[in-house]
Amino acid sequence: MTLEELQEIKAGEELARSQKKKSIHVCVAAGCMSQNAEAVLNTIEGQLKEKGLAKDIDVKGVGCMGLCAAGPLVSIEPENRMFQEINQANAFLVTDNLEKGKKTTNDLASDSPFFKRQYKIVTENCGVINPERIEEYIAFDGYLGLYTVLHDLDQNEVVQNLIKSGLRGRGGGGYPTGLKWSTVAKAVGAKKYVICNADEGDPGAFMDRSVLESDPHRILEGMAIAAYAIGADEGFIYVRAEYPLAISRLKVAIKQAERKGLLGNNIFGTTFNFTISIRLGAGAFVCGEETALIASIEGGRGTPRPRPPYPAESGLWGKPTLINNVETFANIAPIIRKGAEWYASIGTETSKGTKVFALAGQVVNTGLIEVPMGMSLREIIFDIGGGIPGGRKFKAVQTGGPSGGCIPEEFLDIKVDYESLTKLGSIMGSGGMIVMDENSNMVDVARYFMEFCMSESCGKCVPCRVGTAQIYDILTKFAERRATEADLTLLEELCDVVRNTSLCGLGQSSPNPVLSTLKYFKHEYMERIQAEVNQE
Amino acid sequence: MKAKIATTWLDGCSGCHMSFLDIDERLLAIADRIELVYSPLVDNKVFPDYVDVTIVEGAVASVDDLAKIKKIRKHTKYLIALGDCAINANVPSMRNPIPVQEIINRAYVENAFIHDVMPKHPALPELLARVMPIHEVVPVDVFIPGCPPSNDTIFYAVAELLDGRIPDLTSKTRFGA
Amino acid sequence: MTANGQIKIFTLKIDGKDVSARSDQTVLQVCRENEYFIPTLCHLEGLSNIGACRLCMVEVAGQRKLLPACTTMVSEGMEVTTTNDKLAHYRKMTLELIFSERNHTCSVCVSNNHCELQYLSQKLGINHIRVPYRFPKFAVDASHPYFILDHNRCILCTRCVRVCDEIEGAHVWDVSGRGIQAKVITELNQPWGSADTCTQCGKCVNVCPVGALSEKGRSVAENTKRSGFLPYLTARRKEKI
Ligand SMILES: Cc1cc2nc3c(=O)[nH]c(=O)nc-3n(C[C@H](O)[C@H](O)[C@H](O)COP(=O)(O)O)c2cc1C
Ligand code: SF4
Ligand code: SF4
Ligand code: SF4
Ligand code: FES
Ligand code: FES
Repeated sequence: MTLEELQEIKAGEELARSQKKKSIHVCVAAGCMSQNAEAVLNTIEGQLKEKGLAKDIDVKGVGCMGLCAAGPLVSIEPENRMFQEINQANAFLVTDNLEKGKKTTNDLASDSPFFKRQYKIVTENCGVINPERIEEYIAFDGYLGLYTVLHDLDQNEVVQNLIKSGLRGRGGGGYPTGLKWSTVAKAVGAKKYVICNADEGDPGAFMDRSVLESDPHRILEGMAIAAYAIGADEGFIYVRAEYPLAISRLKVAIKQAERKGLLGNNIFGTTFNFTISIRLGAGAFVCGEETALIASIEGGRGTPRPRPPYPAESGLWGKPTLINNVETFANIAPIIRKGAEWYASIGTETSKGTKVFALAGQVVNTGLIEVPMGMSLREIIFDIGGGIPGGRKFKAVQTGGPSGGCIPEEFLDIKVDYESLTKLGSIMGSGGMIVMDENSNMVDVARYFMEFCMSESCGKCVPCRVGTAQIYDILTKFAERRATEADLTLLEELCDVVRNTSLCGLGQSSPNPVLSTLKYFKHEYMERIQAEVNQE
Repeated sequence: MKAKIATTWLDGCSGCHMSFLDIDERLLAIADRIELVYSPLVDNKVFPDYVDVTIVEGAVASVDDLAKIKKIRKHTKYLIALGDCAINANVPSMRNPIPVQEIINRAYVENAFIHDVMPKHPALPELLARVMPIHEVVPVDVFIPGCPPSNDTIFYAVAELLDGRIPDLTSKTRFGA
Repeated sequence: MTANGQIKIFTLKIDGKDVSARSDQTVLQVCRENEYFIPTLCHLEGLSNIGACRLCMVEVAGQRKLLPACTTMVSEGMEVTTTNDKLAHYRKMTLELIFSERNHTCSVCVSNNHCELQYLSQKLGINHIRVPYRFPKFAVDASHPYFILDHNRCILCTRCVRVCDEIEGAHVWDVSGRGIQAKVITELNQPWGSADTCTQCGKCVNVCPVGALSEKGRSVAENTKRSGFLPYLTARRKEKI
């Protein structure tokens, strides 16, 4: 592959597009696929053929458009007219209204705040390109970043770019990506690895899945750039087996990239070699923890080990290893293409760029959104999310997945970034955001998440293995109104021990939902103690 | 004034009481400082309104035990959990992983040679689903682990209490000692 | 150890006192050498360290988090605090959690009076367990001709797993299940007695800190463990190479 060939592919795609009057996009990511989007795609194709429009109108499956709960979603481009809940029976609503036709029952306002308030970098190609065609990715400047890096930048310049961009790891920890790359780049060793963490075990989270299904080449490109920067020639994508669609699209993408010489030996005519293989996880949450993930790739039991040494120094098979999250890798190519300064201009002082959130719970628009760092919780929940359904009152929002915390109404105006959420006793995590209304009971919420941590604890270290079970039992006592004052003290003590002595992040952060609800909603715990005393 | 002392047993083997009695002649040495107001070893059948120190052996295994220990706590200044059964439910708790009905059935029906019926009489206290250490039910002031704790340990504990100190027994005894 | 395998000599402070250490030593090794008490259960000299029981947590100046002494390598100028009120509290609580997990009925246990867990409970001043006992239902595997595995007493230190794998080279043991459901298994969850891979060497029994592994036909008093062979064995093996 050469730059010219890359540009030829792009030109070819643009020509093909210009020969069509319009194109119809049907979401074929997992959310819509589960509602039979494939059949919708076929039906629309059939109808166009009947109408004799097959030549003028392009129909293609694209990645996730974000409003998954209203799927299957369909859009007519270039005017970006959107339809929701399309099935075989009502697909004619789309094909009958190709010219700026009348409004239908299934129109979806594409200029609503849900779409307009978003800022897309990671998901820029989601809902736009056909994820199974490398040519479409290239048409949107795909692999140009890799080319630039290989031809115009030395390893250190790439790392410095990343440092300047201010990008931080999206896997939960928020560790500065540039710093991590620089550490692995400096690590001594002829053999190094790049790992993409696509384990995504948080219940209700599907940011990474969506990117993999909608734009897999973006990840391959990000990994290749990383490999060049740190001096690795082999990469692994660790993806959970529960993501069959993502896996099959990744496989297709890897094959296509290999065939085009974008993976393999002498990439872009340079001495840079890089291969990527896929490893499947069996769906244990803890296997998303980097050292457990590495143990799992090595064929062992997926349990974390104490750090240091960090993977950057001693990772896969004892070699220096760079491990980043899917969303982190998805940011790399745009940073290289558009520049570190551009990226650093988005977001807050300490947290740059955008963040993808999975908005769920008691909110009108549930789905996947990408917003600039620093947007307030209120904007996210009430403008983009459309507020609480049924006129009920907002109560709290849980961020950061099972080990995140619950944030009450008084803090809705804080600007979301890594620091602000941590200060409130929650975390950014991987981007779960569950909205709760006045009917939710915070003790039950804490208990639900503790149950998750208890059953996902790997069982290696005592505080997490036994502590989470004990905390869960105490929360059950509260839920059943059998708790005493002493139970409250014990609960707080146990949370403290588990947080400060557990081996890995799972245990260390598992008390967060309890601690944050104790902080902001203590009366809900107290009520349950009171009740028992009154009974006697 | 003499310190009012009570002793009692819940679900245990009375071994701790035997060990207590093994204090022997040293009991006489403190006899003028204590008054045994309630005990399986004396005749009084009603628990007094006020007791300075109550020494309890055994785990909480039945509804009777439960009522008894709650009552004792109410009328006692210092509650001593004596022995492993009182402190960690010990041998009595070995039934805990198994449902109560299954156990009774095994004991009185399946393994019975004669008269294989489930015991049922108003005087028989109902068993709790789970045998518990005392401190799971009421607050305990002094723990004397051991199965049974030695007479020396018990004597030391009582003597310390009489002198107005909460005894530190960690060097003297432990679970299973 | 440094990257090129050279061993250096460091000076560090333990509880305010200067001590010297080789760069290939752990904080635990140096503390023990200098007779500082740090409780441990999963650690055993001669086996790999895994940092699982969390009893050996210490404070290291400049570190936000507590660190397990058994897996933390020494470094020049390191300042270690081996004990203070907070550490003592955490250690007690951790030990209490271990007691509460399975059925540790010391009075009728084969390891009564020579059990590391029981010993530590006394050493740390534990006279009752504040967290409720869980009383799980676990079986006993007595299928082996010489040894018995009683899950009720197991604390999941995985010493048996490591000694069998790292020293005996048989790898009979593994851990199955997650979280509170985790347990040690033999021969991919077959009865121990049917394990063709077991050489009957007894190493696992001798390193087990509690009454989970014991020898058949021996009284409680006779069931003492001898794990002292390990450092000797590993040292001799290293010499050979
Ligand atoms: C219990 C646990 C689960 C985790 N799960 C994930 C996960 O599913 N995906 C992920 O990218 N990172 C996960 N992490 C974070 C990883 O350990 C690691 O920090 C991350 O992959 C680094 O990538 P980043 O720097 O790009 O964020 C998890 C951490 C813990 C403690
Ligand atoms: S904190 Fe939990 S998940 Fe992490 S090592 Fe310990 S037991 Fe395993
Ligand atoms: S007896 Fe030896 S070979 Fe058998 S399980 Fe134990 S350590 Fe392994
Ligand atoms: S059987 Fe013994 S050595 Fe093995 S994990 Fe359990 S307690 Fe540790
Ligand atoms: S899966 Fe179709 S919109 Fe997200
Ligand atoms: S001895 Fe260090 S964690 Fe167990």
